[in-house]
Parts: sequence; structure tokens; C-alpha cells
Amino acid sequence: MVIGKSLPRVDAADKVTGRAKYTDDLCDKGALIAKICHSTIGNGIVKSIDTTEAEKIPGVVKIVTCFDVKEKHYFPTAGHPWSTDPGHQDVADRLVLTERVRFYGDDIAAVVAEDEVAATRAVRALKVEYEEYPVVLDPVEAMKEDAPRIHEAYPDNVLKHTSIRKGNYEEACKEEGLTKVEGWYETPTVQHSHIENFICYCYEEAGRLNLVASTQIPHIIRRIVGQALGMDWGRIRIIKPYIGGGFGNKQDALYEPLCAYLCTQVGGRLVKLDVSREETFACNRVRHAMKFHIISYLRPDGSYAARKLEVYSNQGAYASHGHSIAAKAMGAFPQLYPCDNVECDAYTVFTNRTVAGAMRGYGMPQASFAYESHTDDVCKVMGLDPIAFRRKNLMPAGYVDGFSKNENYFDSFNQCMDKGIEVMDYYRKKEEFKNQSGDIRRGIGMSVFWYNTAVWPISLETSSCRMVLNQDGSVQVQVGETEIGQGADTAYAQMTAEVLGLPFKMVHVVTTQDTDLTPFGTGAYASRQTYTAGFSIRQTGQLLKERILQYAHRLSRMPECNLDIVDGNVVRITDGRVLMALGELATEALYSLEDSQHITSESTYQIKSNAYSFGCCFAEVEVDIPFCRAEVKKIINVHDCGRLINPALAEAQVHGGMSMGIGFGLTETMLYDPKTARVLNNNLLDYKLSTFMDHPRLEADFVENPEPTSAFGTKALGEPPACPVASAIRNAVLDATGVSVNQIPLRPAVLFERFKEEGLI
Amino acid sequence: MYDIKALYEASSVAHATELLLAHPEAQVIAGGSDVLVQIREGRRAGMELVSIYKLDELRGVELEEDGTIRIGSLTSFSHITKDKIIKKYINVLGEAVDMVGGPQIRNIGTIGGNTCNGVTSADSASTLFAWDAIVELSGPEGLRRLPIKEFYIKAGCVDLRPGEIQTGILIPQKAYEGYAGHYTKYAMRNAMDIATLGCSVNVKLSEDKETILDARIAYGVAGPVPMRTPSAEQAVKGQPVSKETCRKFGEAVLLDINPRDSWRASKAFRCHIGEVMAERGLEKAIRRAGGGI
Repeated sequence: MVIGKSLPRVDAADKVTGRAKYTDDLCDKGALIAKICHSTIGNGIVKSIDTTEAEKIPGVVKIVTCFDVKEKHYFPTAGHPWSTDPGHQDVADRLVLTERVRFYGDDIAAVVAEDEVAATRAVRALKVEYEEYPVVLDPVEAMKEDAPRIHEAYPDNVLKHTSIRKGNYEEACKEEGLTKVEGWYETPTVQHSHIENFICYCYEEAGRLNLVASTQIPHIIRRIVGQALGMDWGRIRIIKPYIGGGFGNKQDALYEPLCAYLCTQVGGRLVKLDVSREETFACNRVRHAMKFHIISYLRPDGSYAARKLEVYSNQGAYASHGHSIAAKAMGAFPQLYPCDNVECDAYTVFTNRTVAGAMRGYGMPQASFAYESHTDDVCKVMGLDPIAFRRKNLMPAGYVDGFSKNENYFDSFNQCMDKGIEVMDYYRKKEEFKNQSGDIRRGIGMSVFWYNTAVWPISLETSSCRMVLNQDGSVQVQVGETEIGQGADTAYAQMTAEVLGLPFKMVHVVTTQDTDLTPFGTGAYASRQTYTAGFSIRQTGQLLKERILQYAHRLSRMPECNLDIVDGNVVRITDGRVLMALGELATEALYSLEDSQHITSESTYQIKSNAYSFGCCFAEVEVDIPFCRAEVKKIINVHDCGRLINPALAEAQVHGGMSMGIGFGLTETMLYDPKTARVLNNNLLDYKLSTFMDHPRLEADFVENPEPTSAFGTKALGEPPACPVASAIRNAVLDATGVSVNQIPLRPAVLFERFKEEGLI
Repeated sequence: MYDIKALYEASSVAHATELLLAHPEAQVIAGGSDVLVQIREGRRAGMELVSIYKLDELRGVELEEDGTIRIGSLTSFSHITKDKIIKKYINVLGEAVDMVGGPQIRNIGTIGGNTCNGVTSADSASTLFAWDAIVELSGPEGLRRLPIKEFYIKAGCVDLRPGEIQTGILIPQKAYEGYAGHYTKYAMRNAMDIATLGCSVNVKLSEDKETILDARIAYGVAGPVPMRTPSAEQAVKGQPVSKETCRKFGEAVLLDINPRDSWRASKAFRCHIGEVMAERGLEKAIRRAGGGI
């Protein structure tokens, strides 16, 4: 068995020794450098750009302004699989450079120069005239009648509004003896803050554009660059080397289209576009900030009679992934705590904030914060134990969602909570933390979540795989799902070794994705890689094995059904005799004068299933009331993501997600100047990403119920760990102080105001 | 790639003065952890630089004959933290500069740079204010010494005359002998951050440890430059060691501090934290001085 073992990452040695090549390492040092001129207003029109002074700067090769872009190819940026149905296509609202400014930092011109200093000086020397409009930063404000308008096609600024109606909410809340619990919950605009900022470079060769980019989705980027430039998609080649994290930001076309366009403006010369951290914050993508309004009506026995939800999702200036995120957040509401009478509305609203796109959890960290904070508010009002309440009201075992057909096959919620309770010594601490009075108090809180695996049936799910047998019996594997730091290549190697009966070391995963060479696949997103690639790896591996055994039959004359591959040898299973090493067979096959064969296989698997992934977080927090600080003292996530392919990597994945959740809950938020819509803290000093010094030991545990729909029993784990953390911390603060704080992050400024309101300071 | 017009390397303190007089627009660079950041931001782009980084004579900590502690201006934060003289006499300075940025910054950043950039949030500055430090400057007219309070003119601006560089920071024996101190950095995270408010307290107790003979407190970010709060110091001088005295100390701080309202933190918040910091800081300093509280 290779599956289920904590084998070292296939890329570990190269990455820790600095040998692994990233985009910037690969780019020729003679590349021209592109720098973008970003708008210094948040809403309005570029009236003119004077390039006279900038042109004079030595080393400047080309200046392109929004007025030079004559062919207006509007393109969508979301890294979704393309839909051939126009009704399901993403909104095409971007241009490579724009005259109509919709956020502070919009892309209005670019300079290509011999070096970075010349390019930067030239951008600074551009003189821009604007017509400025007022800005709006909040989705609820943006929906008001007199709010500033952002997109001509959306006069009320609402990108989309969808609803869920079940039973009769209005009637059900009239039932006698109900208790009403109501709350508003608010989550911040946060950024992915991957280590490697977005970077790409582009050059023309043989009449085609070759673009190397730090992206999660090379095949999708090929399509979008084609759309943005009005070029045939086959004339574009995208190469994705190792990348320093993406977390969803790179599940979007960022500056690949602009870089490709600039390349065409300098005769196809090599152009590199490397964005700064400041630009990554202000001009890439961010997580949708959301406001939730929840009303719950409870019966005296602690069951829900009726529930209502409103979600206002801050889209920022352009559509990007759009309403998918709010829709996903809303969809979780009636499934997490099923109730007969539910009314839900979700609005995705344009504002002049940074464009919101995909980010680890895709709406679920926001939803979890709101729903699970509300759950503890309900328990407080009703005087109920938060665990007992959840056991009674959470999605029960056997629950099936009508749309996705996902099923809660096991009793995963209770199993996960049981583990968390035990590790945290939950009930003893809950008792110990009762009736505290001092300045410094402790509390314990928890939170649950569910998450889908992959995007079926909302969108296409397809996976393609190619395997090639080498002379020594080792195998190359390629899939369309990308390695983005999560360890996918290692999981693929383990799966391939498992299916083929090879030692782990005999599997070579081709990590670089090249749209000219890699089988079609839509990339890394939706926590789908091990699930979707699992199907195509299994299918393609079985195909390859069949061909190998056919050739083994030719060499040994033994019946194929009596043969198998075990640990890299062809074995007669009836008596276990090793007939030949796979290397001998492969060498013979390639060089045979009688029957030479290049043994390969390639296949596509279309996935028409999905799977619920489950989990919870328990947090113990110390609150220093006079200092207005909350500090996590102990924290654990427990997940049921099916069978673990590599437990050590799974644990690492959980640690990363928890860290992101701690930042989301306690420190991270992008701050905007209300007058100009400028981001105030778009750097890693002022944006308070947590450091090692801000974390306790992160603990991860698992309940391994093999997922019945899955090729290897596995399901989503990439995004889930980030989902339940903020609400667990918030609920622990509630436990410690009795104060419900409904706005994250629970940074000192927020706690200061709340503690003052409650008379604690 | 940095936008630098020219780099001149000084081979001695006198040479640095010559270079600065020859290039009056030039910026002095030591460790570079501030200057290079500013060049990258465009604030000092295209400037000439005079580097004093190789002047080893400005590096290190010494105890002079009269008991004065001399810290060479190019001494790095990590050096100060680990230095035996600092540890023995003014350990709180070593603790304060150990909260600057991260390990790499503390290896390259210098105490001279930290004070010459004139920012109120410098982790070393409030502690130096609290220790009554003297700044030593060398220029065309020779050496000049002035109390650190006079060295700071306004936000981002210190008393450095044309051709002058800072060569050392001196702590006189009477400023530290018999005192114990504590520094609190209030920041939004535990590393890689700049103080929202910094507070350095030191205290001298009576022999029986029952009475406060003297207390000094200095803040960073409570005003445009680091500052002492005389009202608080006055309020506890000669007072008994008690919780009540510490509480009074905190309250009195509010008479002197004047933090600004900014998007980083509100004035009301900074004042509230400032009060708590003083109270807690004095308690901790008293405990370090051997007082029971």
C-alpha cells in the first residue's frame, strides 16, 4: 500500500535547497520590464494621459495608455471552466487597460522599459487627468438609490440576486411560544497573501504567444488570453512552473492578458510583468467581505421553527467570480441546520473596493463565521449547551442534498465533535471557565462546517491524465490539475504507484503544466484535485497496466489474468513467482526487433458526482480585557475528508488553513480610505498577517470515513480547514467575556469598542 | 532593483563628514533597513547615498571609566540584546530592541539608524528617553553631545547638522545605577510589527523596597516624537510601593500624552492602552527592582 502513507513530498528536496524553479527564475535576464500605471482615483474617467516626460526617460521602450487600446475585447477573468451556454458564462467586464476607472488602482496605462528603474520612473512621470465620481465601499450603501454608479449595465450596482424559499417562513414564525434571535454578522476584505506575488512573462515564437505565469489554471488562462486579445486560442501557449501559493487569487486571470498584449506591442519581444506586494493587495483579488442578517425562531424544545437569511456580498469593482461565492455561502445555510421554513436572499453588489474573487473556502469561511456565531448566540439566549444544540439540529446522518446529491453517509459531525471534545477536555474547561471576573479571562468555543468537493453539478468536472512507461519501468504522469504548493504531485504519485503496483520512487510526476503538452484540465481550485485527478489516474493507470500485462503475456506466454504488477515486477499471481522486472519488459518493448512498442496511456474521466466534506474547530482563547486582546491558547481542527492519501501532507494542509482562519478571525482586514477608496494598508507591515509568534501549536485530527463516490475514498481538504476557525475563536471570546462580537477580525480596535459598550472597560 | 544615483563609502568618521559636505543632498545609510525601504517606495528614489556601514569603530558596547555605557551607533539590535554590559546594567534596552521586526532586521538594523530616522515608534527610542540617554554627534566642528530629548526636533526630524553623523549613544551611570526597567511594546502581532504604542518604565526603590524614590516613563507613538510624561513621574515619586500607586501612575499619564487619531489606531484607543501600559509597566519594573506588589 502506497496510499495512506506519510511519504515525503516529491518536490521537498528541490524546494528546500532552492533548486525548484519558479517563474522569475526561468525568465531570461534580458527581458523587457513592464510596469502598470494605476489610477489614483476610485471612480471616474481618465480624461487624458500626457506621456511627454515619461517618453524622455532613458530606457523606456514603449508606453501604452488606455487610449491606445483600439480593439475593445471585453473578457471575463474568473477561473471557471468555460460554458458553451452563453447564459452560464462569466461576466465579461474587463479590458487590458481602461478609461473607465472603477477602483483606486485600476489599470490605465503601462510602460515597457529596458529595466525596472526606467519603467518605474516613467510610470511616475505620466500625467493623468481624471473626471472623478464619488465612491462607495459598502454593499448595503451601494444598493441605495442615490449611490454612485459603477457599471452602466448594472444601474442598481447589484450584480446578481438569488433566493431560496422552503416552506412558509411568514406563517411559521407566527407559531405560539417561539423565541426570536436576530443578528448581523460582518466579515472583512482579506487577501490571500501567498508568498510569490503574481508574475508572468510573454514572448512570441513562430507566430504564437508563449506565456509563463504563476497561475493555478493554465488551460483556463489560455482561453482568457485568447478572449482578451481577440486571438485564436491555439495560438497561445501557457506554461505554469512551480508557484509560491495561490489560495484562489491565481484562480483568476490577473495580468496574463495585459502582459500578452504588451508583448504584441513591442514586436513580440520578451516582456516580464512582476507585480509588487502593494499591487497584489490593491489590484489582484480579495475575499468577498460579507454582511449577514439572520433571524431564527426557536421552539421551547430548542428546535428551529423558521429561519431567515440575507447576505450582502461585496464584489468590489469587477465581476470576477461574482455571485458564485455568495450563492455558495447562502446554500450552506439550509443544509447545515435543516429547517422546514426558510427564506434566504443573497445579493452580490459592486462597490469601488478591490475586486473580489476566489479565496480558499469560496464564501464558506464568511458563512461559517455568521452561521456558527449565530448558533452560539441562539444557545446563549435559549440557555442551551452549544454541543447538545448542534447534535440535535445539525444535518443528520443520511441527509441528501437534492441538487448535488451529496449525502452525509456517516455520522461525521458527531464523530468530529467527539474527537474535538476529547482533545480539548471541553466540558471540564467549560466548567472551569464559568464565573470568571478578573482582567484576564479564558473561554472555549467551537464551530462546525461542511464543504463540497469540486464544482459538479454547477459546472463541468473533467480530468485527463497521461502516463508514459520508461525503459527502466518507471512512469511519467501528467494531469491537468496543478501543483500549487498543496502537495498534489505527491498525492498523484502515490495514487499512480498504487494503481500500477510500482514503488513510489518509480513514479515521476511532470509538475510543469504546459498547454501544448499537458492533457486538458481546468487546474487547481474547489478542493477537487485529489478527488477529480483520482478518477483519471485510476482509469489511465488501469489502461497502462493492461497494456503492460498484454506485453508481458507476449514475453512470458502466461495468461494476462494470471499476471499482476507488484512492487515493480511482473508477477504470476497464482504462485507469486516474479517473471520479470518491469524495467526488463519496458526495455524489451522499446527496443524489440519483433514487436517494438512505446507503452503509454491517456484518458479523460468526466466526473458527475460530488461529496460532502465535514469538520469542526475547537479553540481556547485568553482575553486580556484592559488590553483589548484575544489570544488563541489551544486550537484543534478535526476533519472528515474521507481517506487520507498522505497523512503528513493532510496535516500540513490543515495547519495552513487554520493559520489563515486565525488571521481572518483575529487580525487581517484591508482598510480603505472612505473618501478616495484607496487601500490604506496594502503591505505586509500594515496588513496584519499572523506570524509564527502569533500562533499556538496547531493541532489537526481526522475521522477517516472512506467517501463512497471517490476513486481513492478521498474528498475535499484544501479549503475546509480555513472555514470553521474564526467562529470558534469568536465563540470562545463570547464564552470568556459574555460579549458577542459580530464583526471580525476581533482586533483590538473592535474589542475596545465592544468592551466599552458592554461596560467592561 | 533600487533607484540609487550614487553610493559613496566612508572609510572613517572624518571621511563621512567630508563626503556629506561634498554631497549635501546625500542620505546617510547604515544598515539600510529603513532607507532602502523608502527608496523602493519612491520616497527617496534617485538619491545619492553615503554609507557608513563599514565604520567598525562605531560598533560595539563599552563601559567607560566613569561608568557611562557607550553604545556605538552602528551596533545592531541583536548585538545589543546579547551584549554582556547591556544585560548587566540596562537589560531592558536589550529586551526592547529584541522586539524590532524579525531576526534579519535585528541583525542589520542599527541603534543609530533607529534614532536618526526620528520616528516616534522606534523601539529603542522610548527606552533611551527613559534612561536619560545622551546622543553623541561628530561633524565638521568636532564632537557634540546632547540629551536625547533635544536630539528629536519633530516627527521624522532630528538635530543633525550638515556633515554630521551620530557616533554613539551614552547612558550615564547615575541614570541607570539602582534602577530596574520594563518595556512594553503594544503591537497588533508578536513579531514583524511597529508599535501602536511603546512604553518604557524604570524605577528606583528605597532600600527597604517600600517606597518609590524615582520613576521614569517614556512613550513611543504617544506624540509626534518619543516623550516622557513628567506628571506621572511626579505623581509617584516618594509614594509607597502599592497597586494604588501604579493605578495613579497610569491615570497621570493621560495628562501628558497626546497620541494622534489615525487609521492605524484611534486616539481614544491609544490613550486607554497608554494608561494600562503605564500601570502594568510600573508594576513589572517594581517587581524587577525587588519590590513586592
